[in-house]
Amino acid sequence: MNPAIGEPRWLRWLLCLLALAVLGVVMLLPLAAVFTEALRRGLPPALAALADPDALAAVRLTLLVAAVAVPVNTLGGIAAAWAIAKFEFRGKRLLVTLIDLPFSVSPVISGLVWVLLFGAQGWFGPWLQARGIEIVFALPGLVLATIFVTFPFVARTLIPLMQAQGRAEEEAAATLGASGWQIFRRVTLPNIRWALLSGVLLCNARAMGEFGAVSVVSGHVRGETNTMPLHVEILYNEYQFVGAFAVAALLALLALVTLGAKALLERLGGRRLAGA
Amino acid sequence: MRHPLPGLGLALGITWLWLGLVVLVPLAALVIRPWELGPAGVWAVVTEPRVLAALRLSFGAALLAALVDMPIGLLIAWVVVRYRFPGRRLLDAAVDLPFALPTAVAGLALTALYAPNGWLGAPLAALGVKVAFTPLGVAVALAFVGLPFVVRSVEPVLRDLARDAEEAAATLGATRGQTLWRVVLPALGLALASGVALAFARAVGEYGSVIFIAGNMPMVSEIAPLLIVVQLEQFDYAAAAAIGLAMLGLSFLLLLGFNLLQRRLRRGLA
Repeated sequence: MNPAIGEPRWLRWLLCLLALAVLGVVMLLPLAAVFTEALRRGLPPALAALADPDALAAVRLTLLVAAVAVPVNTLGGIAAAWAIAKFEFRGKRLLVTLIDLPFSVSPVISGLVWVLLFGAQGWFGPWLQARGIEIVFALPGLVLATIFVTFPFVARTLIPLMQAQGRAEEEAAATLGASGWQIFRRVTLPNIRWALLSGVLLCNARAMGEFGAVSVVSGHVRGETNTMPLHVEILYNEYQFVGAFAVAALLALLALVTLGAKALLERLGGRRLAGA
Repeated sequence: MRHPLPGLGLALGITWLWLGLVVLVPLAALVIRPWELGPAGVWAVVTEPRVLAALRLSFGAALLAALVDMPIGLLIAWVVVRYRFPGRRLLDAAVDLPFALPTAVAGLALTALYAPNGWLGAPLAALGVKVAFTPLGVAVALAFVGLPFVVRSVEPVLRDLARDAEEAAATLGATRGQTLWRVVLPALGLALASGVALAFARAVGEYGSVIFIAGNMPMVSEIAPLLIVVQLEQFDYAAAAAIGLAMLGLSFLLLLGFNLLQRRLRRGLA
């Protein structure tokens, strides 16, 4: 490094140490606290809390909700990125803004909107009630709220990358007579696969970890409409701290695996992907 | 050549259907629902002292948190991009932790950490500083969730920043401090500001990481999203929607003002 535009050695070390200290206090200490509290009475009580039937039901429900929400947003995200990155059309800027909208809405509002539509006194509430269809305080509500909060992840990861890649390769394939589906599968998909996977991972992490939005639309019925984050809250409010932190630790592990996988995918993709 | 690529119609159709059903129709309900109270009724709901106190806390703590995140985020982005040191990769990856960590887990972790008997709470309590179950705790949680936005906004700009301007400044006799202050910082200004705005926007609506550490005392440490939940529990949908709409409206106005300011800044720089 040219000394004229670098900082003195002592200052560089000081700044690095300072940044690492901040990292330690801000990021690592909270993580360490979760695992310490979970293992406060040793491993067996923590594992017992995870093997509890209500906890297992929460895990199952969380997986189920993510299994619906993530594919929906992946499909929508790919379609949106394809249109926005490869074509010019009127209203494109509006569309980009609208796709980002759910990120600037409070999670609680993301849940509230579904209650306003499908709750007992919602627009469609009485109609649904007359037919015995439950959306809010049941599985469909959890799914809808989760789709809302995780809406932009895949689209936002793909759009900048696909814009940067341009459309020359796709046009060449079209000229050679490839069909739309063939172009997507053989040309576009291989170019975006790592970014796509990274976006899906982030979307999934948020879907499984969402709290505010699902808290509003969940009936908080143990073993029925409790996802893992909601189960954490219930246990915590009942002063079952080991159990609460054990489930929290499981969710923290999911976050760590997601971060590790994202770092790996960024290296595979050879470029930094736009984060959340 | 006019686009020979197929699929625009299908892709746009899927996109608008997805956007309309999942985002636009529900948000329309939020915009329309409060008005069944009448304008006076909506005003009465959002100017109730408890609601005003909650809005003040949510927006005030979010602003404070975003401003605290600014220097910290700048520091982390700077060392990650400019220096090579052991732990750099870990630092870079760990910045995203608040993005990936479920908010309820973050809330629980911060509460355990800053509670009067926690690892950080105990020494702070000895100094007479109470964090957990106070408005300060709210700000701490919001700073946690907002930090990655600042780092990830500054980082790419810093990475692409050409070094020749710095070399030129140094050649012309500027000290390193002058170069950083007059050359580097203005170039990062816009990215830094937009990172702070993103952190603020996220923090305003944050719920999961806050409610555990906040203590949720009415008028003192109760955030606005929690009041929406409270209204919903009383089945007062219109009032809940009114508070939600007020939050969105305020955020929108603040971010709009901020964008105008940013545009001015950009013109000043050009």
